[in-house]
Amino acid sequence: MKKDTIKFGSVTVGDKLPDMNIDINVSFVVAGAVASRDFTPVHHNKAAANASGLANVFPNILTDNGLVGRFVTDWTGPDATLKRVNIKLGAPVQPGEVLKFTGEVAAKDEATGIVDVKVTGKGNWGMHLDGIVRVQLPQ
Amino acid sequence: MTPEEKKAFEAELHAWVGREIAPPTPGLDRVNEAMIRHWCEVMGDTNPVYTDKAFAATTTKGGLIAPPTMLQAWSMEGYPMAFASERDASTMDGQRQLHAFMEKHGFTGVLGTNCDQEYFRDLKPGDTVVAHTKIHSISDEKATGMGTGYFIETRTEFTDQNNDLVGTMLFRVLKFRPAQAPKPVAEGAAAENKAPTRTKSVRGHDNAWWWDQVEKNKVLPVQRCKSCSTLRHPPRPFCNQCQSGEWDFITSKLEGEIFSFVELHYPEIPGYTYPLMCAVITLDEGTRILSNVIDCKPEEVQIGKRVKGEVMQVDADNILPQFRLV
Repeated sequence: MKKDTIKFGSVTVGDKLPDMNIDINVSFVVAGAVASRDFTPVHHNKAAANASGLANVFPNILTDNGLVGRFVTDWTGPDATLKRVNIKLGAPVQPGEVLKFTGEVAAKDEATGIVDVKVTGKGNWGMHLDGIVRVQLPQ
Repeated sequence: MTPEEKKAFEAELHAWVGREIAPPTPGLDRVNEAMIRHWCEVMGDTNPVYTDKAFAATTTKGGLIAPPTMLQAWSMEGYPMAFASERDASTMDGQRQLHAFMEKHGFTGVLGTNCDQEYFRDLKPGDTVVAHTKIHSISDEKATGMGTGYFIETRTEFTDQNNDLVGTMLFRVLKFRPAQAPKPVAEGAAAENKAPTRTKSVRGHDNAWWWDQVEKNKVLPVQRCKSCSTLRHPPRPFCNQCQSGEWDFITSKLEGEIFSFVELHYPEIPGYTYPLMCAVITLDEGTRILSNVIDCKPEEVQIGKRVKGEVMQVDADNILPQFRLV
């Protein structure tokens, strides 16, 4: 990761973030669940996922949050401060899919140096998540 | 449920609003470097303020911090969650008791719909995180695509060792009566996730031959009247010039120009590639065909522009003529 941080003044509403593609596979799903200490069976046990109507285990929401946070701070650089991650959830993603993140600067608040980034994550079945990440940048 | 039963159910349901689901729960581990590193390893997060102590000290953070999105991870119950469904109801936390109450009334489905986290300060190794969770709101009954149900919001306040608020989380689930019986997938069945494909074409007596030519010979056929040689597309049984029912076909050279076009934006349909440019193309043979213009930026597509086509495999199930700008 780059070690410099984007300055608030250099950001313009409409700026696009670099895309981020995540390969969803069973190991990733299980590792994400364990790293977030979420042992709900559908995130590590295929039989439980099958019983809920899905072909395989699927990532938990904490992993979604982790990826969304990474997506935005990969763009800002290290010395930014995440203030809020507000996501709406859509179609599940499954092992074998690529979860594709795109983002765009939606708003800037001059007084606080806070930027709102609109983030979308799409899998094979369309919108997996979308929402707003609020991040404070150095002036 | 009869109207009286429903009234009683909803009264009991809405009585949950405002209840704390458990006593404040201190995280089982303090914020620590090992759990942070494991999280970053999986997320692929290489932000040095999480893992590079020397670098972090040079930033305004003053030292290592935890990824803010780990907020909820610090208060998770962990391994016992795998066996929560086998637990006696009296030992369940309030949220599971509420879900069990709804399941008893047929609202067996659950779907996370929203997660809204706010962070008031960065957490650092050594911090203690205590979760205070309440049932924040329960909606009126809603009809959704999944079935009829209620949106349940829990709100968690996270405090630290000084009892200061460090973050909040609003989490919304839909607890619903499934519109369709859940379709369990048999373990080991051939139900692996298959990438979605385009909508299959509708084929019948008058047009199946056209699709056969496209798929077997990778050509774009254009139907021709055997009596007056007028070309026509899409395929149909009679010539609209001379009413003859006799026909054969020619093969298009797949060259032409854009007659009109539209960019499809919303809703995105699984199986299609976006941006999705749909165009009516006037073939040099004279007939028009509805197809896609691919491998270009949407703004490059204009009426009158020349295109060259190719009959190609667009996904696992479909072979179609597609066009590119010349």
